[in-house]
Order: sequence, then structure tokens, then C-alpha cells
Amino acid sequence: MPAATQLKRTDQGSVRIDPADAILVVDGITKRFTTPDGVLTAVDNVSLTVAPGEFLGVIGPSGCGKSTLFNVIGGLMDGYEGRVSVAGETVSGPHRSIGMVFQEESTFPWRSVIDNVAFPLEIAGLSKAERYDKARHFVDLVGLDGFERRYPAELSGGMRQRVSMARTLASEPKILLMDEPFAALDEQTRLLLGDKVLQIQQQLQQTTLIITHNITEAVQLSDRILVMTYRPGKVKRIVDIDLPRPRTSEIVSSEAFGRYVAQIWSDLREEASRGMRDDESRKLQAGEKP
Amino acid sequence: MAALTKTRAFPAFVGIFALVAAITLIELLIRVGVINRFIVPLPSQIAMSFERVIVEEGIPERFWLTLREAFWATVLLTVFGVGIGVLLHRIRTLRLATETWVAAMASAPTVLMYPLFLVIFGRSANTIIMMGFVAGLAPVILKTVEGLAGTRRVLIDVGRSFKLTPWQLYWKILFPAALPSIFVGIKLGMIFALINIVGVEFLINFGGLGQLINELAERYDLAGTYAAICFVILVSVLFFMFTERVEQWLRPVN
Repeated sequence: MPAATQLKRTDQGSVRIDPADAILVVDGITKRFTTPDGVLTAVDNVSLTVAPGEFLGVIGPSGCGKSTLFNVIGGLMDGYEGRVSVAGETVSGPHRSIGMVFQEESTFPWRSVIDNVAFPLEIAGLSKAERYDKARHFVDLVGLDGFERRYPAELSGGMRQRVSMARTLASEPKILLMDEPFAALDEQTRLLLGDKVLQIQQQLQQTTLIITHNITEAVQLSDRILVMTYRPGKVKRIVDIDLPRPRTSEIVSSEAFGRYVAQIWSDLREEASRGMRDDESRKLQAGEKP
Repeated sequence: MAALTKTRAFPAFVGIFALVAAITLIELLIRVGVINRFIVPLPSQIAMSFERVIVEEGIPERFWLTLREAFWATVLLTVFGVGIGVLLHRIRTLRLATETWVAAMASAPTVLMYPLFLVIFGRSANTIIMMGFVAGLAPVILKTVEGLAGTRRVLIDVGRSFKLTPWQLYWKILFPAALPSIFVGIKLGMIFALINIVGVEFLINFGGLGQLINELAERYDLAGTYAAICFVILVSVLFFMFTERVEQWLRPVN
């Protein structure tokens, strides 16, 4: 059953989530950093609820606090205001129900593909035979069968990112957090990997949050998209993506897809311009080339 | 030709060829008188003196003694150097307080401290091992700290996201990530240790290849002296090959 069918929609097509049914609740998160120029509010009072099996995109211009939000939800960052809870349980550090796929290349270069994927299973104390058996399933799932004994240095960027994804999936988290996982990849690979992610998500019914600054990617993958403002990062709007599932990258050529992209861009345009101006003036002040 | 350059044996072939070419050039320069043959013996003379040195000067026993001393010094500097490096990485204040001193220690002529070591350990192989150990310690500590501190943040975050304990984080992520740097430190430390081991053997006239070099130099047996130096190089080569094997075993791909 496709994940999207689990979401309750109103007559107007917008997604309705009862907080009691939500698997993830982010309630009033504010995160400030002390910098040499004073206190910087990276994320300001961000709240959201995510339903089980939902695919939520978080989009915003560079520097809007997307990654900060990712680290707060993943339990990698403390010293924030607000509360994050998974199935009613407050998150106060890395949580067993949350798996993270990072923007940066994060495979272990000293481990083969199979050993990378088996890593969380090794930590969980599974026997070698058990963990290899399970890891092989996730290697197949991300389409890397035949590459089990290869090392990350022998793989392309897209393949390495799939290894990271398989490693996270192997820990069987209830919620998958992905921070711009395809940012370093070319557009074609990005679209194809988007297909792969959709296929896996539909197969595993995984609740997924993807942080991105790519509108096409966000619309292609998400049931809803949270648009963030430029610094401080606030929720500007939540856009429901009422496109049929299962989806593939072919959906990018549809008329409805184009309308969603245009709608989100009109929301983002002002924020992105503000971010660009801010970045340029900061560089000018620092004496760098804008 | 292009296919030949891609073969695995090609780099080794180039290396051997370069060595033979350099030896031939030195032989020629000595024979035509550009290099004084009373200072540098002919490579052909050195080659012919190997048999004499091995048979008459007890090379196997001396080689074995120097090899053993170098081995124990390397074991000590690996255990203590990596251990201290881990400690300095974990305790930031300690690192900031001592890192400059450790770096200064690397350039200190510790070989001149041999009388002190003689008093402490006596005229024995222990003195030589300890001198080698002290001389090679600093690079191992510094490169261990550098390797651990240089571990990419995202790899640590991956470990944290899987709820690794501090011990697991060290053993499963920080240590393997730092291995290439640690091994550079061990190899550097080994070089310093070997130089000091042979130097102290030479100075205190206690067994090993260093003492042999001293004796042969005093007899003005230049060909024999250089042949003995070749055995010191052999010790170094053997240790490098050994550490590279260990590194490859611990971390198959860098």
C-alpha cells in the first residue's frame, strides 16, 4: 500500500494530521548560536507534525537553519528551546527510532559496502552470519548487489550515498531523516536516486523527512513540503502535494508538478533573494569577493 | 609500452632500475676521479666485501641484535606513543599544555643523553632500546593526535546517530579513521629510533651493527663499513615492509 494513502486529507485535498496519530512532533523549536557578531537565531519557533508513513520535504534557502533543524530532530544538537517527540517519547539525544542520512559523504572508507551496511547490526550485537544476511537485503534494496565487496573509494558519489542510505535503513528506524542527500550529485543521478528513494519508501512504508533546497526534488518525493524563511528559519508555509502515488521521476513533466514547483518558487523567491543579499553584504564586510 | 607501464611490477622495476643506474653512476664517477676513492669506496668493492663481512664479522648475530632492539623500541613507541596520543586527544587541556613540548622533543638531540641512560639501564641492550624509544616517541604522539583530531565530523555524527558508546566511537570510527596518520607517525618514529639505536651502539660500543660500523671505520675498512651500513638499511626496509603489512591488515583500503 503506498504511503500516501495513509494520510488523511480534507475535502480540499490538504493533509490533516491528528497530533495523537503523529509519529513525530516538533513543538516550538528555537535554536540560537553565539557568534562573534552576537546571538544568531538559526531556527525560530518551528513546529510540525508528521504522520506515520508520510514523506515530508523541508525546503528553504541556504542558511535558513534546515540542517540545524535536522540535527535537533536527530538528537545531535542540544541547547535548544522546544520539544521533539517520537511516538510520544521526548527526544533528548540520538534516538533508536530515528535514522539519519547526511549531506556529506559519510561511508566508512575502511569498510567494504557490505561491512558499511552491516555496521549498525554489528553495534546491535548480531552474529556475523545474521548481520551479513540482513545487510545483503538492504544492499539489494538500494540496487548495489554485486558491489558488496567493493570499497567506497571504488564507487561513484551516487553509489556511496546509496551505501549510506542502506546503512541507515539497516538499523530499521521508524523515521528516516535525510539532509540534502543528493546535493553533491548531478541532476540526472539526482532524479534517478529520487526514484530509488520513492521505491524504497513505498516498499518499507518509512516515515521520511528530506531536507533539500531543490524544489523539483522536494515535489517529486514529498506528500507535504514545509517552506522555511531565510534567517531566522521559521515555517513560512506547508504545501500539500496531492500528486498520485506511486510516483517516478516521469512525474516532473506533468502539468500539476509544474504548478507545484511554481507555487513553491513564488514562496521561496523572496527568501532566497534576502539570503543572497545578506550573503553578499556579509562577504563585502569581510572583504571577500561576493 | 603503455600496457607495460600499467602492470603492477612496473613501479618496482623502475625503482630497481634507478638504484642500479645510481650505483653505476657512482662507480663511474669514482673510477674517473670525480669522487675520491679514499672517501667513498667503489660500489663493486662494497659488493665484494659482503661475503667477508658476513663470515668474518659475525653479521648474522649483530643483525639479529639490532633487529631485536629496533623491534622492541618500535613496540614500545607504538604502545606508549599511540596511548599518549589518545590521552592528549581526549583531554584537551593536557593537549594544549603539552603539545608544544612534545613537538620540541622531536627535534631534540636525545642521542646526547646516552650517559644518563647508561647510568639508569647499564651498558646493555635495554639502554639502546630505551634511547630508540625516546627518540621515536614524539612523531607517534603528534601524528596520533593529528589523525584523531582530523577525523571528519560527519563520521562521528554517523556514530552518534547509531548511539555508539564513547569506547565504540573510538574503536569503530576514530581509530580506523586515524590509522593512516598513526602509521605515518610509527614509520617516522621507527626511523628516528633506528638512527638512535645504531648511533648508541656506535657510541657505547655495545654489539649490533652500530658497533661493527665503528670497528670497521676505525680499521679504515671503508668497503666493509659501507657493507655494514647496507645491513642497517636492510633492517629499516624490513621494518617498513612489516608495518605496511600490519597497516594493510588493519585498514585494507586507505
